[in-house]
Amino acid sequence: MSVASTKRKIYKATMLSLSNICMAITVALVFFLIIYIFVKSIPYFSWELLSTSPSYLKGTIGVLPDIMNTIYIIFMALVLVLPMGVGTAIYLNEYSNRPKVEKAIEYCIETLAGIPSIIYGLVGMLVFCQFMGLQTSLLAGALTLMIMNLPTIIRTTQESLKTVPQSYREGAFGLGAAKWRVIRTVVLPCCIDGIVTGCILSVGRMMGESAALLFTAGFAHNLNGFFDAMHSAGATLTVALYVYAKEQGRFDVAFVIAAILMLMSLVINITATVLARRIQNKKGE
Amino acid sequence: MFEAHKKIINTEKIAYWIFLVLGVMNVGFVLMICVYLLIAGTPAIVKVGPIDFLFGTTWASTAAQPKFGILPFILTSIYGTIGAIVIGLPLGFFSAVYLAKMASRKVKAVIEPMVDLLAGIPSVVYGFIGMLVLVPGIRALFGLPDGSGLLAAIIVLAIMILPSIIKVSITAIEAVPEEYTLGSLALGANKVETIFRVVVPAARSGISAAVVLGVGRAIGEAMAVMMVAGNAANMPDSLFQSVRFLTTAVASEMSYSSGLQREALFSIALVLFAFIMVINGILNMLLKKGIKR
Repeated sequence: MSVASTKRKIYKATMLSLSNICMAITVALVFFLIIYIFVKSIPYFSWELLSTSPSYLKGTIGVLPDIMNTIYIIFMALVLVLPMGVGTAIYLNEYSNRPKVEKAIEYCIETLAGIPSIIYGLVGMLVFCQFMGLQTSLLAGALTLMIMNLPTIIRTTQESLKTVPQSYREGAFGLGAAKWRVIRTVVLPCCIDGIVTGCILSVGRMMGESAALLFTAGFAHNLNGFFDAMHSAGATLTVALYVYAKEQGRFDVAFVIAAILMLMSLVINITATVLARRIQNKKGE
Repeated sequence: MFEAHKKIINTEKIAYWIFLVLGVMNVGFVLMICVYLLIAGTPAIVKVGPIDFLFGTTWASTAAQPKFGILPFILTSIYGTIGAIVIGLPLGFFSAVYLAKMASRKVKAVIEPMVDLLAGIPSVVYGFIGMLVLVPGIRALFGLPDGSGLLAAIIVLAIMILPSIIKVSITAIEAVPEEYTLGSLALGANKVETIFRVVVPAARSGISAAVVLGVGRAIGEAMAVMMVAGNAANMPDSLFQSVRFLTTAVASEMSYSSGLQREALFSIALVLFAFIMVINGILNMLLKKGIKR
């Protein structure tokens, strides 16, 4: 009896401490990553670095083109992915009356979500850059990002479509509205929050993406306007970080880029968390 | 009156077809990816010979007598993934148990966003930190000439798959009905025994889904691994060997490749895709099983 109870005590203590230790390690890891990047990068921050393009003549490096490219490509990809993703979600949730088609689409979305980014990069290069003749350009990169982020947008939109009470739809139908009108005026306005959350999650993914953009968007560091940039190659922040750190050994620039990326993912994360809580509260009402 | 009615019916029809087309386009994208990979990937496998390609141990794509054996990459990817799971699974599993069952609501509200942040950090940043912290660390610790290699890649991958393992495990553990816990406590088991002997076994399929998801993440990761693995096409004989994964083999030579070498790179991508499809299949099966129960 006492042996058994000692055994139980040991079991309890071991499992309890293992859980605590593992959680502590995970938390410490997060803190380490954040603090390391920010502390190490502070000395390298300068206005000049953030506001200029790299110049071979003066031998200076600036990350402004990379920041602009990142913004352009995210904007373009969002413009492309939103109608596609929201449309698919609406089809699956509101219209679908053919189970086979629905199943095929669901399966494809699951597949898309699991394909690694390097494969997207290769296929994007083959299809958009070579077959469609877009060359290595931000537009090709944005198209690749669009396909990659479809599952995220579709899933979050579907989730929020499901939270719209069926009675809303029935009420609108009862008033004589047809389907598309019901969706446009009743259902969609109710799930704006969910769609926005999906967008934010996608922006996070797009910002962090590098392998898919390496071969589709390229490495150039030229400062362009939006439309010129779409046709020309350009490195996003992540690709630039890779190039500066791995191929040029410029750790100072790399640190600054890493800090910018870290800051952006912090902001995106906080926004997404706040939004998710707001949706949760709404559901609770 | 009739005119207006007709117009509405037309708009409705158009809307239906637009949404149907948008939905079906997703199928089109998947088909496009499969077809392009098959078209681009098969020629080299045929030319080199499937056996020589998959089980050849030497990769010398730029030599005078080029050799295209990708066994080193396949083994590296498998070892790297197993290693990442061996480190990442216990860490993630116990963290998930802590968050789902032991943490107070306040603690959970603080830590969960931190786990999300871990998932949101771009892979190049992981690679960069790995390059600056892990690689010199391993070099100093084991007295090696160069710290970059399989071990560094495994550790980076383990950290990168942590958030997925934690998130999915938490969902699985929280989905276990409260009655199980109550029943076990009523029979005299203490809280820890209840968690690990009743709740966790009940959440088995969800937790295995977390593992498979982690495997998928680890095997598909390219950039972070490229920055810490050393990138020499060696067989992964030791933990400190400089190695190439399937993903990094494609990424590192793509920009200057041509001819058969380029075709072989697409074949590597095809092999990687085959791996991923199998893993996805297992994942979906597990997830469905979890939902059914």
